[in-house]
Amino acid sequence: MALNTIWVVADRAGAKLAPTAFEMVTKARELASTVEVVTWGDAGSVAADAGRYGAAAVHTVGDLGAGLAGPVAAAAMAAQIAAGNAPDAVFVAQSYDGRDIAGRLSARIDRPVLTNVVGVEARDGALVTEHAIFGGAEILNARFTAQGPGIYVIRAKSFAPEESGGGPAAVDTWDVPDLGATGAASVIATHVQETEGPKLDEAAIVVSGGRGLGNADSYKLVEDLAKLLKGAAGASRAIVDAGWVPYSYQVGQTGKTVKPTVYIAVGISGATQHMVGMKSSKNIIAINKDQEAPIFSIADLGVVGDAHKVLPKLIEALRQRV
Amino acid sequence: MRFMNVVVCVKQIPDPAAPARLDPSTWTLEREGKLILDESDSYGVEMGLQLADQAGGGEVTLVSMAPRNETSGLRTALAMGAARAILVSDPVLGGSDALGTAKVLAAAIRRAEPDLVVAATESTDGYTGTLPVQLAELLGFPSVTFVKKVTVGDGKVHVERQTEAGFDEVETPLPAVITVTAGVVEPRYPSFKGIMAAKGKPVDQLTVADLGLPEGSVGAAGARQEVVSVEPAESRKAGEIIVDEGDAHTRIVAYLEQLKVI
Repeated sequence: MALNTIWVVADRAGAKLAPTAFEMVTKARELASTVEVVTWGDAGSVAADAGRYGAAAVHTVGDLGAGLAGPVAAAAMAAQIAAGNAPDAVFVAQSYDGRDIAGRLSARIDRPVLTNVVGVEARDGALVTEHAIFGGAEILNARFTAQGPGIYVIRAKSFAPEESGGGPAAVDTWDVPDLGATGAASVIATHVQETEGPKLDEAAIVVSGGRGLGNADSYKLVEDLAKLLKGAAGASRAIVDAGWVPYSYQVGQTGKTVKPTVYIAVGISGATQHMVGMKSSKNIIAINKDQEAPIFSIADLGVVGDAHKVLPKLIEALRQRV
Repeated sequence: MRFMNVVVCVKQIPDPAAPARLDPSTWTLEREGKLILDESDSYGVEMGLQLADQAGGGEVTLVSMAPRNETSGLRTALAMGAARAILVSDPVLGGSDALGTAKVLAAAIRRAEPDLVVAATESTDGYTGTLPVQLAELLGFPSVTFVKKVTVGDGKVHVERQTEAGFDEVETPLPAVITVTAGVVEPRYPSFKGIMAAKGKPVDQLTVADLGLPEGSVGAAGARQEVVSVEPAESRKAGEIIVDEGDAHTRIVAYLEQLKVI
């Protein structure tokens, strides 16, 4: 094994660990002899899941209460590292909380971060990372050059989760030092926005809309099609920036990575920013007026046409089937 | 209401519409040409201006790190209404990573004694998305990221933070760091008057020595990471391209049937 210990910082999805945790644990056990999960909230209820994917331990930093995960998890890890219990590497998901944790930990222990990691391998006893740059046209490999635990922020879906058949992980609670002002932000209310159908990054079919839709109202065509196909609706950065849909819909480099069975890009030209988030989809259908649009260079089925003409007919045809 | 001092972090980047290139000797992004205001930051500037207004009085100070004393992106933000800018520019800063940049910006921001620091969730060219939180930790401030709505009052910020499931309402005392997502406000276009006024607004230009940062802690020496190699990725081939003659939807249905997803 290249390394002794890797910590995998696991986001929570309700009471369970987020899917990214199992992706990272699976990869980590290829690279290190011991994989330990760091999370918050109840650890006992996730010990079996973590163990089944190969983690030896689950360390919880306790109930967050109204606190945010970033400062709490980072301070607890930094205290363990200062006490001599340092891992060789820390894997963190490129998520809302993950980036907070990585940023806080990096500044606390004065260690740099490698972000947007889509692959990791061991070379000569150290880790080399893979990053998709320029819309995924090129792959950049990087590594840390100094001693101490490296912090790796890893994009979702970079590794396929595989069970190892391990027994339940050992569970313990890590102390959280006084956070001072850095812990002063508090969550006063949580709002769950019920969306029908599957989540964007888990859906088998994703229909995304872009600027070519012309206006915010036309986005409804994308939502209708996604719903009919029991898929999720996504968006290009251009229409998120324009305020047509919230940030959580964004597919791309700044946004979510999706790898559905079918990706349907509607009125999306295919800026590198967007392509890097969807080019690993198994099948890609693109609908765009401009036949020179870069999206056609990666589409399995490209339709040069007006989304306002094609989509209503497609929606109607699918409605007739159900 | 009291006077509100908002610092907005802005990045000046190569035009994203122009093809980007890595310098083959250093593997860093080529930043030779003219730099412009990162569009992601225009939301932060607009938000800062609105919050200063909301507070009943206040100012926006821009803080930026850029090569060659570049100010064209800063002038855009000054034309929108920011009062002044602090620009850190120093040849030793080439090759800085996010943590090194955070150290530089933290030192510059301390001089501005902010009530609130606003940044984008991530830059368009580097998109690491960790700098604002590193900055908060270095400053000893609380932080709330992925903010889509902000109100300020009574020495506190009340925000809506994007989450996987919806959003959280989060409250934090000042001073604090927040990162705003794109699309949350509509950035104003600089007026002619604003553009003229921007030319006379103060831009405080600083070097690493001015900030009193230890040598080797920032720039390429402080980055402690390196590019090993850059290779072309496996490319995906284009498939069939058809022109819609009014029946393209039948081809899409047939394709979806063939994939057995309908």
